[in-house]
Amino acid sequence: MSASEISGISDMALFDRLFGAGRHAIAIDGLFLKGSAMIGGGEVAVIGTRQHAAVDAPLALAIGGAVLDVVAADQAGRTAPRAIVFLVDTQGQALARRDELLGLNGYFAHVAQCVDLARRSGHRIVTVIDGEAVSGGFLAFGLLADRICALPGAQVRVMDLRAMARVTKIPLERLSELAKASPVFAPGAENYWRMGAIHEIWRDDESWSERLAQALSAAGSESASGDTRAALGLQRGGRQLAAGIAQRMVAA
Amino acid sequence: MNAGRRVSYYEASARTRVARLADEASFTEFCPPAQRLTSPHLALLGAPLAFDDGVVVGRARLAGMPVLIAAQEGKFNGGAVGEVHGAKIRGLLDRALNEASSERPAAVLLLVDSGGVRLHEANAGLIAISEIMRAVLRVQAAGIPVFALVGGSCGAFGGMGIVTRLCNEVIVSELGRIGLSGPEVIETVKGVEEFDSKDRPLIWRVTGGKLRRTLGEATRLVDDDVAAFRAVVAERLAAESVQPAHSAPVASLASLQAAQQKLAARLARFSTTRDGLEIWGAAGFADPAGVPLLTTASFNQQLGEAA
Repeated sequence: MSASEISGISDMALFDRLFGAGRHAIAIDGLFLKGSAMIGGGEVAVIGTRQHAAVDAPLALAIGGAVLDVVAADQAGRTAPRAIVFLVDTQGQALARRDELLGLNGYFAHVAQCVDLARRSGHRIVTVIDGEAVSGGFLAFGLLADRICALPGAQVRVMDLRAMARVTKIPLERLSELAKASPVFAPGAENYWRMGAIHEIWRDDESWSERLAQALSAAGSESASGDTRAALGLQRGGRQLAAGIAQRMVAA
Repeated sequence: MNAGRRVSYYEASARTRVARLADEASFTEFCPPAQRLTSPHLALLGAPLAFDDGVVVGRARLAGMPVLIAAQEGKFNGGAVGEVHGAKIRGLLDRALNEASSERPAAVLLLVDSGGVRLHEANAGLIAISEIMRAVLRVQAAGIPVFALVGGSCGAFGGMGIVTRLCNEVIVSELGRIGLSGPEVIETVKGVEEFDSKDRPLIWRVTGGKLRRTLGEATRLVDDDVAAFRAVVAERLAAESVQPAHSAPVASLASLQAAQQKLAARLARFSTTRDGLEIWGAAGFADPAGVPLLTTASFNQQLGEAA
């Protein structure tokens, strides 16, 4: 269930809430979207997936190509690098023999390299999760942003508890009970917030365009200080070990 | 040195791989098992623990050159990445950038043997893999190459399949498999007609080392022998020391535009292909059905001739 489904709003209404009516030109092509929009006085590039897209090789190429086009256009135009907003709604990677054969992991790595190039070229990157952000489809691009925001109702997970119970052979009741105390395995944007991988969760009754503008300014400092998610997870109490253990490897 | 009888990379443990890959007695482990870095999340679920949480990390010399090594143990939870396991790899990569605490490594070696995220701590694992991805990219941006070695029983799947493909060199054996979703997952969700996870030859024709090498998804195919992996790493390190950044650690706009075109061309050419046999045929192998039986040497020779 996406935020747009909860409030019954269309893609267009979502774009209106994020950027303001008449302040966006975003083309929809199946499960893919791209275009530009205004945030405050500045133009941003918008790239994303919609309708719980299963990310396959063609969709990964569309995302990677769109990121490269933004980097190339700003280099050619000698303009300041535009910020990039990823709109994420993905049920995960496509499950298909054809895509595995072609090396879907390689297509996803390519997308990650494109996002990294954009970051190194000075583009700030913000992800807005609308709907679902699941597993490999989230890893490929949304999770690589400098700052990650979730709309109300956004679903974030690797796997639902039922499937997890089947694979780990741990009873569902026990998993559900443990999930109340631990953010480590159960689905939920709140859990990812506590673990430092989602920076902010927005409410329905606030201005999303204001929140987005603030997130965009914050993204600049996130980008400059590297990957701070483990420290954030420690600070919020949801991921107590990662930061310290990584530090021990550096100091050993 | 490490002369002597052949040691199967596939059969060897992570520790044996590291010991045999590195110069003799040169490996120093960071936070070895005596320090008991176990997963509290597995403990909470009553699942078995490992004192290294399934990954061995440290520094060593290889052909005399300093390297950092992380080796996943496929026999512990399928080499899957949890909070501790992932933080050990991420920290090792951070260390490569921290010259105050370490000698600048000639390369970071990732001995990947993993099904991806550890479901018992799925959120922590997914985030850790994202952190590893960004750390690999940072290390490469600093001009230090990262090599992936794949030849264990779990292959390189899930997020670790993505990490593998970010690496500057992907050295794989015929037994190594690389992909995103394993055949069991695809069969469970999409049905046995989409992908029969019991059909071992098919699995290797779709995800195996020879197929990955043919597509260019792996950069080298070697025998299932730790010494063969070591020889290729030594060769690549020597090339780097003569001509730094020979393997172009950091991607540029031009190189990524070229990669984009190459991936688009592959998709266009094989958009309805479902079996590696067709890819071997298109690559110019005279007898595609015979490719799985070729020795590594004849495969490499024929691939060279085909190219």
